[in-house]
Amino acid sequence: MTTYVMVIDTKTCIGCGDCVVACKTENKVPEGLNRDWIVEATNGTYPNLTTEFRSERCNHCSNATCVTLCPTGASHKWQDTNIVLVDADKCTGCKACIAACPYDARLVMHPDGYIDKCTFCHHRVEKGLDPACVSSCPTKCMYFGSLDDPNSEVSQLLKTRKYKVLNPETGNEPHVYYLI
Amino acid sequence: MTEELMVTARANELIDPSLAIWTWEVAMYLFLGGLTAGVMVFAAAIALLKRDDEAPFAAFQLALLAPIVLSLGMTTLFLDLEHKLFVFRFYTSFQVTSPMSWGGWILILIYPVSMLQILSTVRRGFPVTVPYVDRFAMARAIVDWCEVHRRQISLVAIPSGVALGIYTGILLSAFSARPFWNSGVLGPLFLVSGLSTAAALVALLSRQKDEKHLFTRIDLVFIVVELALVGLFLINLATGSAPQIDALKSITGGPYTMVFWVLFVGIGLVIPLLLEMLEIRGMATSLAVVAPVLVLIGGYVLRQVMIDVGQESSWTHYETQYDTELIKRME
Repeated sequence: MTTYVMVIDTKTCIGCGDCVVACKTENKVPEGLNRDWIVEATNGTYPNLTTEFRSERCNHCSNATCVTLCPTGASHKWQDTNIVLVDADKCTGCKACIAACPYDARLVMHPDGYIDKCTFCHHRVEKGLDPACVSSCPTKCMYFGSLDDPNSEVSQLLKTRKYKVLNPETGNEPHVYYLI
Repeated sequence: MTEELMVTARANELIDPSLAIWTWEVAMYLFLGGLTAGVMVFAAAIALLKRDDEAPFAAFQLALLAPIVLSLGMTTLFLDLEHKLFVFRFYTSFQVTSPMSWGGWILILIYPVSMLQILSTVRRGFPVTVPYVDRFAMARAIVDWCEVHRRQISLVAIPSGVALGIYTGILLSAFSARPFWNSGVLGPLFLVSGLSTAAALVALLSRQKDEKHLFTRIDLVFIVVELALVGLFLINLATGSAPQIDALKSITGGPYTMVFWVLFVGIGLVIPLLLEMLEIRGMATSLAVVAPVLVLIGGYVLRQVMIDVGQESSWTHYETQYDTELIKRME
């Protein structure tokens, strides 16, 4: 199984939101819905403050509870990878996967009613390209690649830099990493 | 101090500011599913214990309610689906890790079992059907067979009903992402609540004084067990991980405190418990209709409050708009 990961450097992210716009454009995400978003986390008390910007999305978890709890198999892993996709033809719109996601990263795609989410732009990955959000980042703070290749940029970054994932205690094994 | 704010606006429908994917439709389905489970279990138990004379309604007529109540529940469940035309997809696969998939198949099992239960008592329960059944050789043969095998049918109906009742709770408890639901007690709690509401329904609908009395006593036992399970559920959350302790605050001072304690625990459990105790001692018999109605309301409120609070409980919390509390905290 190939494990695709996204590594985001919070030290160089400025929270501009280009990744969000790129995603909406590339994937034609309907108005009012977002597959990715930016969080500004502020720590401390004025004047001693630290700020961290995080571009967040589906974590494409190894142990994805949205896949295990889907009653029809619509939520599935793409071609023996950790990339979680939804097959609209199998989706009943029961919304179990939305409740099952500890990151609230899934959404109901209106008006059709099936469930939609970040796909890590698998249609681009297939062609050897980076996801739209990664390739559009003006500060080059986002990286995408396979964790199985020890020489990949993402593997090297995770070997040499301090990092974190969101809520690892959920047990979902998320794969969006934040360099801190 | 740590504050996390959304920089880009995220206002995904049904997800922000907190999950609101399931409303009354799912709560009603869970309630009616539990009620169906109880109906099947009691109809079967009376047959197995040979208490037909003591409880004629439960023995001969109650089973007819199972498919009716369940169909109503499945209708509300269907109303909740966002991609309705694809509902058949529940039956083109079986997902072993998904309680919902198990539930879908359990529902399919319930219908034939409940039909057999009805056929095994239809002639005694509804004498008006006798000429119709007897007119057709095949109908008579089927009903004859069911009557002879009523015991075996009941032996299948009990585990089927229990599976239905317990799955409605496991369905929610399997969501590790929702701390308020993530308790193994939910399965037994929903099952016992289903049994209690079904006992109340018999006490309400039966015309025999002895049968009303018997099911009032049965309901009393299940209400006590349900109260104990509610206690265990609260202990489970209170001694759980940080997200669970946080989720519990919704009903201990938070926005759902009144609904949970007054409407569910008070009006749905404690008051009917007291009324039923009085009734068994021959007091307040004119209020006999009140207790079962309250139990039924309480059964629904339990599901509704679980659905509502569970969805609000989460691992992630972001401030999506300017928070005036921030200024107060910094002063």
